[in-house]
Amino acid sequence: MGQITLQGVQKSFGPVHIIKGADLDIADGSFVVFVGPSGCGKTTLLRLIAGLEDVSGGKILIDGKNVVDTPPAKRGLSMVFQSYALYPHMSVRGNIGFGLKMAGLPKGEINRKVEAAAATLNLTPYLDRKPRELSGGQRQRVAIGRAIVREPKAFLFDEPLSNLDAALRVQMRIEVTRLQKQLGTTAIYVTHDQVEAMTMADKIVVLNGGKIEQYGSPLELYERPANLFVAGFIGSPKMNFVTGELALQRGAATIGVRPEHLKIERDGAGGWQGTISVAEHLGSDTFLYVDAGPLGMLTARYIGELSLHAGDRVSLVPDPQRIHRFDDGGNALRG
Amino acid sequence: MARMATTRRVAISTAAAWLFGFLIFFPILWMGLASFKTELEAFAIPPSFLFFHWTTENYATVQERSDYLHHAMNSIIIAGGSTLIALLIAIPAAWSMAFSPTKRTKDILLWMLSTKMMPPVGVLVPIYLIYKTFGLLDSRIGLVLILCLGNLPIVIWMLFTYFKEIPRDILEAARMDGATIGRELVYVLTPMAIPGLASTLLLNLILAWNEAFWTLNLSTSSAAPLTTFIASYSSPEGLFWAKLSAASTLAIAPILVLGWFSQKQLVRGLTFGAVK
Ligand SMILES: Nc1ncnc2c1ncn2[C@@H]1O[C@H](COP(=O)(O)OP(=O)(O)OP(=O)(O)O)[C@@H](O)[C@H]1O
Ligand SMILES: [Mg+2]
Repeated sequence: MGQITLQGVQKSFGPVHIIKGADLDIADGSFVVFVGPSGCGKTTLLRLIAGLEDVSGGKILIDGKNVVDTPPAKRGLSMVFQSYALYPHMSVRGNIGFGLKMAGLPKGEINRKVEAAAATLNLTPYLDRKPRELSGGQRQRVAIGRAIVREPKAFLFDEPLSNLDAALRVQMRIEVTRLQKQLGTTAIYVTHDQVEAMTMADKIVVLNGGKIEQYGSPLELYERPANLFVAGFIGSPKMNFVTGELALQRGAATIGVRPEHLKIERDGAGGWQGTISVAEHLGSDTFLYVDAGPLGMLTARYIGELSLHAGDRVSLVPDPQRIHRFDDGGNALRG
Repeated sequence: MARMATTRRVAISTAAAWLFGFLIFFPILWMGLASFKTELEAFAIPPSFLFFHWTTENYATVQERSDYLHHAMNSIIIAGGSTLIALLIAIPAAWSMAFSPTKRTKDILLWMLSTKMMPPVGVLVPIYLIYKTFGLLDSRIGLVLILCLGNLPIVIWMLFTYFKEIPRDILEAARMDGATIGRELVYVLTPMAIPGLASTLLLNLILAWNEAFWTLNLSTSSAAPLTTFIASYSSPEGLFWAKLSAASTLAIAPILVLGWFSQKQLVRGLTFGAVK
């Protein structure tokens, strides 16, 4: 079991409030991703759950039991650090087995479990090496091995893939997701990579300035962002925002349209008129950055190749079903 | 072209390093040579470098006149004892400053170091009087105490910098893995801190071994270490260069051997943890 609930969790460092009251319900076995800009408190929130920091207020429940006064070792969670934090003087075997040794398991059982975990992660040939004799990807896998071997209630990951190169990241991303589904263990995963968030998560927590902006499935966040911040943060390229007359006509202070929901017309009279200032041709997609005069710069995305170039005039027609409306407080208007 | 320039640069710096090393080593070499000369040859002008009448009679005289082993034993006890006690105090001190610093930690560290800036002679009289009152003059305990206290700031500083280098993440990983503070210490911290501890120990041994000011002033015979032993050869009876050299060579030999076998650790120690 690994059901985690936060109730009004707060954290201050001295006079500075970093986490301003977080409420969250994480279902057993789900994969939850914390995303948000740098410095928004993702790591701090994760460390509060781990017990590496003490809360300044609120409750953290694991399987219904308040653990705010429980030391990290007794919370039954395991953590994968961004820096891997492997024990440099121990072999891979020693690293993976350390938690089991601390739990007082007999040697034979430790070896059996370590070898099983190593096999899952393709680490068997490296069991007797020291961390410094491994590549970055292998070290990462050792860190993950150390986490899974203890069969914790939940895994906590703090940007575990950010030190890997792009190709390896994609591969590890898939591996971590597969492993989590196979084990069925709750996972909380911190990242500021949107693609990781969208692809790995069952549910995403968008954090900003120490507050939870929205909590929902990736598609919910994409289709029904709760406010301007989430609308702008989720999706790449970013959502286009338009204020003024056009927004007022639709009864909103701001309206937003995603680049993929703007229909591009070469010489249409309707829609929003503008001149292409940059055109990016990726083959699979075409991105147009359009100077739309009073509306500002708009981004449009076309799936496939579109033979348009800088200087061409286009008109962009928003899909009326896909226009997001926000009030002057930045909150989404529905209906 | 570029490669030739680099090889030349490497050659020049290698030559310069050897020359510099030789310059520094020369007095020790000269002392060693002089210890095998007769008193007359020892200050002959022009000096003879290798072609003199080699003799070991100085060593025999020195051993006969003063008890080398007695002084060497004192040196070992004083240097070893003061180092061990300093480490026992410094490890927990540096530990708490590195892992749970408070607002004042920086100030305390600076204050400790500032005590090393004061010339020891400034407190000689009060310390002498205190030692006299408590009967610590010319006692091994007295010397262990003063050297231990004198080197403590350096030992704490060195250990502090080493402990600071140990990534916090690793200690946190150990905590997540269920290690209690005691086990974290035994299985994670100590093995990682051993290189730093070793170089601190070595450096402090050498400092304590070579310390002359306090040992000369606070001891006369029964607790006198090798520094006093050397000093006794530049006495009112006049300077005996060859015998003085023999005594000095005997005095530095143990530490030279120790230094030779622990070069690597020492270099790391002297750079104060700046180089990984
Ligand atoms: N020990 C601390 N003492 C004081 N302030 C801290 C401490 N740890 C974190 N902070 C502050 O808390 C804020 C949130 O930090 P946190 O590390 O949680 O951000 P993050 O969302 O993980 O950012 P990133 O994406 O860059 O890792 C930052 O402004 C940081 O300066
Ligand atoms: Mg972080």
